[in-house]
Amino acid sequence: MSMKPVFARRTVLAAAAALAATAFPALAQETVKIGVILPMTGPSASTGKQAEAAAKLWIQQNGATVAGKKVELIIKDDTGAPDVTKRLAQELVVNDKVNVLLGFGLTPLALAVAPIATQAKIPQIVTAAATAIITEQSPFIVRTSFTLPQATVPMAQWSAKNGIKKVVTLVSDYGPGIDAEKAFKDEFTKGGGEVVAELRVPLRNPDFAPFLQRVKDASPDAVFVFVPSGFGSAFMKQFAERGLTQAGIKLIATGDVTDDDVLNELGDSALGVVNTHHYSASHDSPENKAFVEAFKKANNFRPNFMAVGAYDGMQLVYKALEKTKGNADGQALLDAMKGMSWTSVRGPVQIDPETRDIIQNIYVRKVEKVGGELFNQEFATIEKVKDPVKAAKKQ
Amino acid sequence: MQGSALLLRMRGLQRLNEVSTSKIPKEPASRMVTILFDGIAYGMLLFILACGLSVTLGLMNFVNLAHGAFALAGGYITATLMNRAGFSFFLCLPIAFLFSALIGVALERTLYRHLYDRSHLDQVLFTIGIVFMTVSAVDYTMGSGQQMINIPTVLRGRIDLLGGSIGVYRLFIIVICGLLTLLLQLALVRTRFGSRLRAAVDDPRVARGLGVNVNLVFAVTFAIGSGLAGLGGALGAEVLGMDPTFPVKFMIYFLIVVTVGGASSITGAFFASLLLGIADVAGKYYVPKAGAFIIYAIMVLVLIWRPQGLFVKGATR
Amino acid sequence: MTDIAAAAAVPQISPAADARLMLAAAARWRWWEFAVWIAALAAIVVFPRNLLLLNEIAILALFALSLDLILGFAGIVSLGHAAFFGVGAYAAGLLGKFGYGDPFLGLAAAAAVAAVLGFATSFLLLRGSDLTRLMVTLGIALMLLELANREAWLTGGADGLQGVTIGPVLGLFDFDLSGRTAYLYSLGVLFVLFLLARRIIHSPFGLSLRAVKQNPLRARAIGISVAVRLVAIYTLSAAFAGVAGALSAQTTQYVSLEVFDFIRSADVMLVLVLGGVGYLYGGIFGALIFKLMQDYLSAITPQYWQFWIGLVLVILVLAGRERIGAQLTRLFAPLLRWRRA
Repeated sequence: MSMKPVFARRTVLAAAAALAATAFPALAQETVKIGVILPMTGPSASTGKQAEAAAKLWIQQNGATVAGKKVELIIKDDTGAPDVTKRLAQELVVNDKVNVLLGFGLTPLALAVAPIATQAKIPQIVTAAATAIITEQSPFIVRTSFTLPQATVPMAQWSAKNGIKKVVTLVSDYGPGIDAEKAFKDEFTKGGGEVVAELRVPLRNPDFAPFLQRVKDASPDAVFVFVPSGFGSAFMKQFAERGLTQAGIKLIATGDVTDDDVLNELGDSALGVVNTHHYSASHDSPENKAFVEAFKKANNFRPNFMAVGAYDGMQLVYKALEKTKGNADGQALLDAMKGMSWTSVRGPVQIDPETRDIIQNIYVRKVEKVGGELFNQEFATIEKVKDPVKAAKKQ
Repeated sequence: MQGSALLLRMRGLQRLNEVSTSKIPKEPASRMVTILFDGIAYGMLLFILACGLSVTLGLMNFVNLAHGAFALAGGYITATLMNRAGFSFFLCLPIAFLFSALIGVALERTLYRHLYDRSHLDQVLFTIGIVFMTVSAVDYTMGSGQQMINIPTVLRGRIDLLGGSIGVYRLFIIVICGLLTLLLQLALVRTRFGSRLRAAVDDPRVARGLGVNVNLVFAVTFAIGSGLAGLGGALGAEVLGMDPTFPVKFMIYFLIVVTVGGASSITGAFFASLLLGIADVAGKYYVPKAGAFIIYAIMVLVLIWRPQGLFVKGATR
Repeated sequence: MTDIAAAAAVPQISPAADARLMLAAAARWRWWEFAVWIAALAAIVVFPRNLLLLNEIAILALFALSLDLILGFAGIVSLGHAAFFGVGAYAAGLLGKFGYGDPFLGLAAAAAVAAVLGFATSFLLLRGSDLTRLMVTLGIALMLLELANREAWLTGGADGLQGVTIGPVLGLFDFDLSGRTAYLYSLGVLFVLFLLARRIIHSPFGLSLRAVKQNPLRARAIGISVAVRLVAIYTLSAAFAGVAGALSAQTTQYVSLEVFDFIRSADVMLVLVLGGVGYLYGGIFGALIFKLMQDYLSAITPQYWQFWIGLVLVILVLAGRERIGAQLTRLFAPLLRWRRA
């Protein structure tokens, strides 16, 4: 035991050296390493599958070299457990000396890594998790996905304008769900509507039946729903079984429920569901048509918003490296990313230089059958939406 | 501005009136019928899923944490046959029973019977190992997603019964599971096999001495228990969901049914299942925040109060 | 007179002295024990890239050691040991969150909270069969999971506990990214608690526990108070598990609902059985084997490593873990000098 302090002091020295090495990696190496951490197994495995496919597609389409630097992806599976995410991030930073961390399927996973990004001074690009507070947890977090309030507020506005007066909200009981519930209520009430009940379903092992029964008993005009991508099918099944549509209750949602990945499996019960989101596989632009085609060719499933988040994450890294002329220092990359704008497959986007969140168009869509397949068909656009939570804080 | 606010308030009042005159007197009763009904359907399903476990535990004193794996087998064979080979749902139900029963009997004959006289710890470890293997193997071969079973249109929709609105499919579950329960009880009490089984439970050595093939009786019983779990998996996929982690998720519920009901009787497990089903659904409806807390608390209290289970008649073995 | 004097001169004749000698013999350190701890320390230099993994191993080893205290030495089976790990983790995490980030303060608080919970619930385990004990322990862990999920204002709910800041160890050594401080810290705590457990097991109290495990009725008949012993060891085991949870919370600076998960309780039992029950080192060896296996297998097949763990478990039980243990002990008997005639 008396050995311990001696060892520990050496520890501090070595750690300082390790930190110094990560702070100026560009001087030492010609390869830019991107540590990608995604849930490849467990309940959120589909997120990892989509994002991995998209990141690989980007490299395949744009080459593994940018601004004279070779780009290397190191992909790790965190099984959706935050302590694993944290260890993997630490190992990637210390052992592999990555220049950028990218991915993060769920809010807790992104939050667990935030202190590491701050300590290591490298950008952490969040391509999936969508709770508003994430980017406030570290000055090195940049987001290419979306925030839930960003997708929710337009839904509330549309509902208020389209004859919906009484709404019950039903969300998964965790960060993003509570974000969505609050954002919807605030905006909808502002538009003259009334939220008659707010229901929260546990995130683990959800059983929607009793909650949907409560929705039915409240007999609102519509029920606003957020459940994370992957829970949509279980929800839709119960929704159809409860006969809510027959009772005249409309289903309105964020695009997570009618996720492109599972939309076809939902079956005809999903037809006509109105929802708002930032990406649909049927988005009408030449960029998106090329992307969807290439994605489908490389994998045998169609891309969803998780894929687009990762695809744009990679694009952001490439654009930042071009701007810094190959300087992969964390701070330099971060500065280059702030304010960056480009044409994404989802439409025009920009990284907000103040909040490091993404500014993007939100589309109002309706589930329709096109050529035998179900798609979210966009029919209205709200342009350049900022994260409403942070916008409200500034006022 | 003021006018419209007033109008809004008036409309609100009007709505309040409507509610007070027409809805309030009748709604709580009908709502309770619906909830009770959902709870019973859920409980029945739990019973079919768990009764095999109650038999193996009570009968052979064997802790089989892998019982849910048989339900998984039933659910997956149904989903696969329906989605890939176009089998009808009704045909799939008996197939699910047979498939799981076959797996059950194969496992019993090759592996499980070596563990009957081992310690509970060994049995727990062994069956947890089987659960881990099943979950990964199914994930590997079938993917980690939910299995979709599209039930036939006949079973969809809702009907009004006793003033409450009831899902046809849930009614179907109650009918099927109710019939099976009756059948089980009759088989146990009235048939020759039933008396052999009861003899083998009471004292295997004497039963053997009287010429009962105890091994065979155990194997058949195990097969039926597994088969029922498989059928439960097929029926329950629509309501409970069906993914590779099913055996882990529901293992706890099965164990609760068995421990609360008392491991040695089918009727005990039956009432425990109903109690659990109704308490769970009603709990989620009336106190959604409490979640599954109530269920676990009830279980612990029952076990402290009556360690042998709630529905066990005095005698302890 | 002379007879008595002669008898006193020969120690074997007094039973108390004989027992003391036996205890002393069993408590003597063997060379391989030194080797284990030296190897654990040397790992810092040998595997500088894997310190985070080593830290997880040390924490898991402590957790499994705590289970060994009740399973291996008192025969209490538990499927809910994560309850104590979890309350320890939340205790230390919450202290860190609200500004009391001193690591040792966190450990002490975690041990205290877990011990109180262990003491209170130990009375539920005094009667009933193995199955009842399995279900009661499982039920308690699940209730705590639901409680933590529900009281999100305190625990962060499904999002996990955010903003845990832990001060430097002894006010000197910050937790660094490479995990060196974390590993040394966890290893140090493991070592101290191991010494404590070893001391207790080789005390007369430990011996009486073994009597209780082998036959409670007979133990009671010779005047050992079974209930007192079970309550005491269960409380101690809970405190150990709480410290393991605190170490996990402090070194990852994060607590999530998974700390109460059934899988965690099942895993720790598995770890202990892998390493062998009832000789204190089982937890350490088991944690090492389990984590290395997990790391190695999940590198090859990320999704399916659990399959192989399951297979190992099945084979272990089928082959008879006691038999394997006995074989190994016989094989290494000359080296171990486990029992002295």
